[in-house]
Amino acid sequence: MSNFYQMTLAELSAMLQAGDVSSTELTEHFLSRIRQYDTALNSFITVVEDQAMMQAAAADKALNSGAAGPLTGVPIAHKDIFCTRGIKTSCGSKMLDSFISPYDATVVSKFKQAGVVTLGKTNMDEFAMGSSNETSFYGPVKNPWNTDTVPGGSSGGSAAAVASRLAPAATGTDTGGSIRQPAAMCGITGLKPTYGLVSRYGMIAFASSLDQGGPMAQTAEDCALMLNVMAGFDEKDSTSLEMGLPDYSAGLENSIEGLRIGLPREYFDEGLDNNVRAVIQTALDQYRGMGAELVEIELPNSGLSVPVYYVVAPAECSANLSRFDGVRYGYRCEDPVDLYDLYARSRGEGFGAEVKRRIMVGTYALSAGYYDAYYLKAQQLRHLISDDFKAAFENVDVIMGPASPGPAFNLGEKAEDPISMYLSDIYTIAVNLAGLPGMSVPAGFVDGKPIGLQIIGNYFEESRLLNVAHKYQQHTDWHRLIPEQYK
Amino acid sequence: MSLDTDDIKSIAKLARLKIDEADVPLYATNLSNILDLVEHMNTVNTEGVVPMSHPLEVVQRLREDTVTESDQRDEFQRVAPATRDGLYLVPRVIE
Repeated sequence: MSNFYQMTLAELSAMLQAGDVSSTELTEHFLSRIRQYDTALNSFITVVEDQAMMQAAAADKALNSGAAGPLTGVPIAHKDIFCTRGIKTSCGSKMLDSFISPYDATVVSKFKQAGVVTLGKTNMDEFAMGSSNETSFYGPVKNPWNTDTVPGGSSGGSAAAVASRLAPAATGTDTGGSIRQPAAMCGITGLKPTYGLVSRYGMIAFASSLDQGGPMAQTAEDCALMLNVMAGFDEKDSTSLEMGLPDYSAGLENSIEGLRIGLPREYFDEGLDNNVRAVIQTALDQYRGMGAELVEIELPNSGLSVPVYYVVAPAECSANLSRFDGVRYGYRCEDPVDLYDLYARSRGEGFGAEVKRRIMVGTYALSAGYYDAYYLKAQQLRHLISDDFKAAFENVDVIMGPASPGPAFNLGEKAEDPISMYLSDIYTIAVNLAGLPGMSVPAGFVDGKPIGLQIIGNYFEESRLLNVAHKYQQHTDWHRLIPEQYK
Repeated sequence: MSLDTDDIKSIAKLARLKIDEADVPLYATNLSNILDLVEHMNTVNTEGVVPMSHPLEVVQRLREDTVTESDQRDEFQRVAPATRDGLYLVPRVIE
């Protein structure tokens, strides 16, 4: 049995370019791993074997004719929030259980153009609303490191699939931590880019001013390869940024001697699990050993990020999800008696409890007489939160801290208590509110459960984040570890 | 901030969500707890702070007013629950 699954995207790509393996062999290899392991993990909602094999054959042709790009022929998985033409795109919801997308998201078409093979669509919290993958209509995903625990969320399927090496890499989206928190809990590397860097076209909207797609992979080097494909201006996304882009792989090897790392006092307070603190401290010591300087900083308004988020995100979701009306696509109730009944029952039956909670919070916050007290107030605080980061980045190059206050929690542990679930994103949410890029990098274990180091950068500093993460990964091997039962 | 069961019913109606009668008390508890969490916003005075509309302060991009999309009605209606003759079907709205 070959060991392709133990290899990174960069390594697989090199083998493909050298002709040491074909895309067909690789695609077969990962499809067979999905068949073997995913019944237990539930990380995929849809696997597209036939289409993947056709894409692999086309990639092999391109490789043989010298028309291949850096990622041609590698297979990856897409979070089921990205529309994929001709393939079911459910967003983890009963509402879209029968939705076969008539078009591709820009991210999906960019990967197609790059010759990347799609293995399937990964499980996720319903409409990306959740931090544990338990709100999915298709059932929870199990964390490959400990199947009694959650993989994190909302990109939990992508994280679990990469952690168990059912796919060498996957796409994810991050509205309040949905790439970084599951990446941390599953021991993989994830990057949430600057807001506006990756097109949101065809990425089913949750909270439009916060949503951002990004790569989830084994290494920072692989995230760079993926970001090279994903990033870029798209006229179909009204908030896409028109700007020149670097080669994200180019600066990976830069020295980090003299790097100034800011440590926000608020990210290391009493809310942080002590074992997690120890893991993060060890990683910071390693950075110091590599020549970086640790600087204590303050983000005084960061304590407000969860309250602010739970106004902004529900308000935007209540507006975005109003498009699900049982008329144009998606679930429709049986025998509606009138138009109101059609709307209310289609939505009441098609959405799960967490989605309904958030739509109602948002509807309330935006309703007549409450707008100023909630949405306007939240958008003002957002400015203050963002200004905290601006001030911090005048003195430091990157900010580091934990990605999550604890390791993966047990399935069911927080499912009945929305507030405790919301607080598991306490260290990730501010980054989305400010629109900054952030990463999670595997940094160790607590009781056999992976811990992620979060690295936050200034706007458009993805290259620096990837460089800083890559240097750490050259000194550590946490990112190379695979749970025993998937070897 | 505390919401009672009547509040939940009126919010659900505004949001066009049918909620089972039996679930209303739990939604009232959950939503009240969320609003309590949100209350923390009031610990900070934001008088005079400009509300943030885009993290990078960019303005809305406009495009030329020209047709860019082709007619894909048939394809889009293939995913619709009920259509006839190119029209979406809904319950009768005019008696």
